[in-house]
Amino acid sequence: MGKKVAKEVSIAIADAVAQCKVDVISAYPITPQTHIVEHLAELVNNGELDAEYMPVESEHAAMSACIGAAATGARTFTSTAAQGLLLMYENLFIASAFRLPIVMVIANRSISAPISIWNDHSDVMTMRDSGWIQTFAENGQEAVDLIYHAYKVAEKALLPVAVNIDGFTLSHVIEPIEFLDQKLVDKYVPPLRMKYKLDPKKPITMGAIGIPEIYTEAKKAQDEALKASYRIIVNAWKEFEKLTGRKYQPVETYKMEDAEIALIIMGSLAETAMNAVDLLRKKRKKVGLLRFRLWRPFPMKDFIRAIGKVKAIGVIDRAVSHGSTGGPVGIEVRSALYQSNKRPKIINFIAGLSGRDVTVEDFIEFFEKTYEAISKKPKFSYEIYGAKE
Amino acid sequence: MPKDQGLVSWKELAPGMFILEPGNSVKFKTGDWRAYKPVLDKEKCIKCGICYTLCPDLCYKKDKDGYFIPDLYYCKGCGVCAKHCPKGAITMVLEEA
Repeated sequence: MGKKVAKEVSIAIADAVAQCKVDVISAYPITPQTHIVEHLAELVNNGELDAEYMPVESEHAAMSACIGAAATGARTFTSTAAQGLLLMYENLFIASAFRLPIVMVIANRSISAPISIWNDHSDVMTMRDSGWIQTFAENGQEAVDLIYHAYKVAEKALLPVAVNIDGFTLSHVIEPIEFLDQKLVDKYVPPLRMKYKLDPKKPITMGAIGIPEIYTEAKKAQDEALKASYRIIVNAWKEFEKLTGRKYQPVETYKMEDAEIALIIMGSLAETAMNAVDLLRKKRKKVGLLRFRLWRPFPMKDFIRAIGKVKAIGVIDRAVSHGSTGGPVGIEVRSALYQSNKRPKIINFIAGLSGRDVTVEDFIEFFEKTYEAISKKPKFSYEIYGAKE
Repeated sequence: MPKDQGLVSWKELAPGMFILEPGNSVKFKTGDWRAYKPVLDKEKCIKCGICYTLCPDLCYKKDKDGYFIPDLYYCKGCGVCAKHCPKGAITMVLEEA
């Protein structure tokens, strides 16, 4: 077991990527992802990492280069945020449809306009339906562990993985990080051997036209592959636990055993929310917390199991889905429960946009409003919380 | 299911809908997209091969007498050959249903 070292989370992520022995890194710098790709460039420049670093002209090119490299059987990495992710957009769908095991870290940042470099989940939520496996880290250690996991899963499932970390809140803080020993990494992430790749000795066609007679079948096959990746994701976490003792599961729960109400959150804000749970528990309030670590494929069974017997759930979204019936997570949760026998009341808040602080007091207010929702129908389908009147 | 028309089960597709057999597009029938077919009048034809050169689907092949004949398995009926034939030897004729 490796010892703990104090590192900026971005640097630690880059080190973990290097430990996974990537062949090709193709990225364009954008705040707050910059430190990750800068450090990788440094490692390559110093000869510490034997990889091709492609300083491309845009994120569109960054993803294109990853697709090209991965198609030849190379292990690839890229990282981006906000507008950079949007500039990659059309290629995200090609990466997943081509079943290429690309790993990308998104240092989540608000989408313009108004221009903002600060954190929320509005960038990644735009790629919700892109066919990528999507995980969310709560802290630096988890971010690093999700990198090892991402390569393991991507290459087994043959699907791209996006690891999400909250911009600044995670990317720019220094945390104690325990790295895997290189020997363990080599065992956990063995060399990539792709059965189908671009190879002049054995030519295949990628990107053929999908006429109406076959497009539906191609999408069905892709959808089934993403669903089937669930098993691979869970098993990879089980194997990780055996190696490190650190346990990860698709839905994280906190004090849910006897909870009457619960909040749902994703990303680093869960740590603040846990403080609120602790405070309310001291006052004998039966409150709990759920966090989606795995967002795509949506962990339906884990979610239904995790909600236990709660009477109401407050979903806290970090992105607006304009003109919709809720935030992206709120919509998903309501939809997941519709076919279930469990039908707790759902109340949906959109909070923490563009890095606005969501404090312990705010979480206590969410809990109070969620309590009210048990007996009183909420006046809103979703609320953009904290907007000054 | 006729595979030359792309009719396969989703379970049979290679990952990413990759095509694993090089050059298998020759099996793909595009002739049934056609509304008009090219008909050659050998009396007028001077065997210049402009139809062969211009055909976007490479349908034309030389027969033993030196005439260029379109392979109707592929011909989509675009009419480029008829338009550019310097002798007006090719006529586009409506396919019978």
